[in-house]
Amino acid sequence: MTADTPLLRVSAVSKSYGQRIGCQDVSFELWPGEVLAVVGESGSGKTTLLNCISTRLLPTSGTVSYRMRGGDWRELYRMSEAERRFLMRTDWGFVHQNPADGLRMTVSAGANVGERLMAVGDRHYGNIRATALDWLGRVEIEADRVDDEPRSFSGGMRQRLQIARNLVTGPRLVFMDEPTGGLDVSVQARLLDLLRGLVTDLGLAAIVVTHDLAVARLLSHRMMVMKDGRVVETGLTDRVLDDPREAYTQLLVSSILQV
Amino acid sequence: MNTIATYNFAYLDEQTKRMIRRAILKGIAIPGYQVPFASREMPMPYGWGTGGVQVTASIVGPDDVLKVIDQGADDTTNAVSIRAFFRKVADVETTTRTAEATIIQTRHRIPERPLKEGQVLVYQVPIPEPLRFLEPRETETRKMHALEEYGLMHVKLYEDIARNGHIATTYAYPVKVEGRYVMDPSPTPKFDNPKMHMSAALQLFGAGREQRIYAVPPYTRVVSLDFEDHPFEIQKFDRPCALCGAEGVYLDEVILDDRGGRMFVCSDTDYCEERRLSSPDREEKKKKKVVLP
Repeated sequence: MTADTPLLRVSAVSKSYGQRIGCQDVSFELWPGEVLAVVGESGSGKTTLLNCISTRLLPTSGTVSYRMRGGDWRELYRMSEAERRFLMRTDWGFVHQNPADGLRMTVSAGANVGERLMAVGDRHYGNIRATALDWLGRVEIEADRVDDEPRSFSGGMRQRLQIARNLVTGPRLVFMDEPTGGLDVSVQARLLDLLRGLVTDLGLAAIVVTHDLAVARLLSHRMMVMKDGRVVETGLTDRVLDDPREAYTQLLVSSILQV
Repeated sequence: MNTIATYNFAYLDEQTKRMIRRAILKGIAIPGYQVPFASREMPMPYGWGTGGVQVTASIVGPDDVLKVIDQGADDTTNAVSIRAFFRKVADVETTTRTAEATIIQTRHRIPERPLKEGQVLVYQVPIPEPLRFLEPRETETRKMHALEEYGLMHVKLYEDIARNGHIATTYAYPVKVEGRYVMDPSPTPKFDNPKMHMSAALQLFGAGREQRIYAVPPYTRVVSLDFEDHPFEIQKFDRPCALCGAEGVYLDEVILDDRGGRMFVCSDTDYCEERRLSSPDREEKKKKKVVLP
């Protein structure tokens, strides 16, 4: 596996809802270990794009190809549903903005983390539990909470649990939809710190959708700015934020509150 | 002789029986797969075995001998009523003897006496979907069955161990049929799960309210799900049946008085009776007849 081969190739993806445009003509490549932030205001098509790429929403046109672990390229929407779902729960992760969408709220934290392991055929309770405990530790959830339901967790803990649940199978690509949305600032900071550490340690590639430029600054290497369903500017995060070229990006950057 | 118009043989009209038989055949062809069918209103409330009754009505013929058990017993309300129902609408012979029956309709138990070829066991199923309480969306559970995504079933067992230290599910214990479909054996105690494996009898499951029929053909592998380090185990009883002395059978607790008196007896009443009748000290037993207050 070489770092100069991309992991994901998105070409000319468009999604329209009747007359309305969700996202239009988006193309990019994502390399292993790279974090790409998709930013833009509400309704700019960020989430539509993320769903199109992550096989959750069939695009109107365009293709999305992924390099499998074996090295072969597969077009996602030409794979069988069984293969796609298998990919989703092994090689990929999806972190929802609302943890309740990504967690099973009525089963314990340990089972939440262990579910993917059991889905891929792990049938040894002791091993599953040990792995779950290890992952809870890595996302800074105390070991004595392993048998508690996520319902009893705070928002930040739930989000960390969701991350652990996704990373337990050692995915290569993680999608995140506003991972820090709805959390207060100090919890956000801690979560971002954790995410940054995990992404670096595990060499994850990630696509992070966010309206928060600070999140993009901290997490991502590269940035894509969207407006009205189109990509208006792409570039290295620092470059885009410090030296925005497009008028819309300039507006976006200048509207950050300075404290 | 003048007779008033009566019910069709076995209550259901022929068209309905044909529809149900088709569902049964499909179920047999795909062991463990839940086949939807257009469940009919039956002259009894849902939860009383409307699914089982419809299956029985569709397969019963004039030569059949019917046995109906409820919790293993032949003499409880549900069993007595359903037996009377078929005597009336199909005029079939009924029995309490497991060995004599060709069709056995059951709620909860599989008879202790091993079933033989040619016998049909009809289960009354309340909730056919094993994944129901883990995944409420029927669209999703069907997809999970179709794609053989059964990891979630083990999440339930994991939860059991995490909370109780062992798999605490004692009834409706999930099984895998012929290495493919995960199936809910209806609320039978897990004690009976091993009896389903490679059974010589045909096993049919009818869920009336949920409108599903599924089947386990004779000599089909039925394996209870478990973990490598927490293998499947059946309930064990630390005493024999208080009436017939049988060991290794499923026992019911009978409360005798309000001072803590209790006894444990076979849940399979026919099995218990037969054992008592055939035991050598039969006369002895008869004398000290057990009197239940």
